[in-house]
Amino acid sequence: MTFVVVGASLAGLRAVEAARKAGYTGRLVLVGAEPHLPYDRPPLSKAFLDPGEPPPVPHHRTQDELDGLDVELRLGSPATGLDTGAREVELADGERLPYERLVLATGAQARHLPGERLPGVHALRTVDDARAVRDALDSGCRTVVVGAGFIGSEVASAARKRDLPVTVLEAAPMPLVRAVGEQMAPACAALHARHGTELRCGVGVTALEGDGRVERVVLSDGQVLPADLVVVGIGADPVTDWLQGSGLELDDGVVCDETLRAGDGVYSAGDVARWHNPQFGRSMRLEHWTSAAEQGAAAARNALDPSNASPYKTVPYFWSDWYTDKLQMVGVPAADEVKVVGDLDGERWVALYRCGDALAGALSLNLPGKIMKYRAMIVRGATWDDALSFAAA
Amino acid sequence: MRIVLDESKCSSLGMCESVAPNVFEVGDDGALTVLNPTPPEDQRALMEEAVAACPTGALSIED
Ligand SMILES: Cc1cc2nc3c(=O)[nH]c(=O)nc-3n(C[C@H](O)[C@H](O)[C@H](O)COP(=O)(O)OP(=O)(O)OC[C@H]3O[C@@H](n4cnc5c(N)ncnc54)[C@H](O)[C@@H]3O)c2cc1C
Ligand code: SF4
Repeated sequence: MTFVVVGASLAGLRAVEAARKAGYTGRLVLVGAEPHLPYDRPPLSKAFLDPGEPPPVPHHRTQDELDGLDVELRLGSPATGLDTGAREVELADGERLPYERLVLATGAQARHLPGERLPGVHALRTVDDARAVRDALDSGCRTVVVGAGFIGSEVASAARKRDLPVTVLEAAPMPLVRAVGEQMAPACAALHARHGTELRCGVGVTALEGDGRVERVVLSDGQVLPADLVVVGIGADPVTDWLQGSGLELDDGVVCDETLRAGDGVYSAGDVARWHNPQFGRSMRLEHWTSAAEQGAAAARNALDPSNASPYKTVPYFWSDWYTDKLQMVGVPAADEVKVVGDLDGERWVALYRCGDALAGALSLNLPGKIMKYRAMIVRGATWDDALSFAAA
Repeated sequence: MRIVLDESKCSSLGMCESVAPNVFEVGDDGALTVLNPTPPEDQRALMEEAVAACPTGALSIED
């Protein structure tokens, strides 16, 4: 039997590791578009951008560790097509890889602004992007960040740690509404001003201009901002273009059932996977480290033993480091009511999200000791009153 | 089995606590306490899960 995993990042790596751990001894192939060994993305917009010595690439595993798994690596050769009838994956170099079991973990790719891609304009998704952004920050540039999401906000933090001027542009009236909900978005946005970053909302980018490299950003209101570095953080799209015509259902991701099954012998995991999350009874596609890691392992186990496949359910969790602050969110922000405990102008607070009579989510600033307790409460279906009394204690 | 924490890598993300709250606890100051550094052998699978859950690779198991 041959087990193929496409996408050599967090979810793909966890899939091959879980396959071996489950006792699978057959042929195992890991296909990756990037030439690099699997590496970790969250540090790319955090520690990797910190001032000081350039840090090493945050690889998940060494070559030796991967050799120990007896996995055939096909790095630098993206999959270009999938034939679910013949059960073959086509690679860019022309190879056709037959499979009996397949895990799709091609993740997400950064969105770009339409139009010209001038030097000095970067997305931040890969280690190559991160190196370029880091080098630009080190040369002391004026930075404009397009998109006030988590990654853009972390880039702004890195600029401020070097005392560099930075402006963050957001097309929507308020950033992060989808991630943390309407009520809490302003509290997160306010952190920028506290740390000397200018945030401008409700303004689009009309053009990026410069002679040979970026020099200015033209805004929809006619203003022009000088810039040596433009980082575009306007979100990411699941990488499914190569699956067109494969017969798999695609809808903002690879559509899976609650066991992460997408088709016959085919499972999916990580940022690319849209699955039915039984914890909340709804379809979700997450772009979070924790679920990508867990889904990779779960997809591989289920692919190897489909008749005993278990559902993957989770309470979503992500974190983000802004300036000297740690934001952490568990659960979902859709809520009937949001209650803040603590002072929103202060150093620490938690916002609780109520859905019906239950706790559905929690967002905290600098309360690392509490957040996992809320996660546990959501898992066990704690009532709103329980959550409120825990928060008050 | 002994749980080893590399404090320089831990960034208080709490996933270990989410997996095994009887063994790990993040304090309000962000410092992680390993409540029980030598959990019984029947908890090995859970401990391996906690190690895998740590996004910064700060945890390991020594025998
Ligand atoms: C800068 C940054 C900061 C982040 N910070 C946080 C954070 O603080 N907290 C958090 O929870 N999450 C964070 N995330 C999100 C987290 O990193 C992702 O959820 C995680 O990387 C998803 O893993 P994945 O394996 O599903 O996908 P990816 O990491 O996107 O990997 C997919 C891999 O598949 C490869 N691939 C794509 N197409 C093909 C193809 N056709 N053939 C072969 N290979 C292909 C890609 O090259 C890539 O290597 C961050 C992400 C970024 C980019
Ligand atoms: S999961 Fe890792 S980083 Fe998070 S608290 Fe535990 S040891 Fe520290």
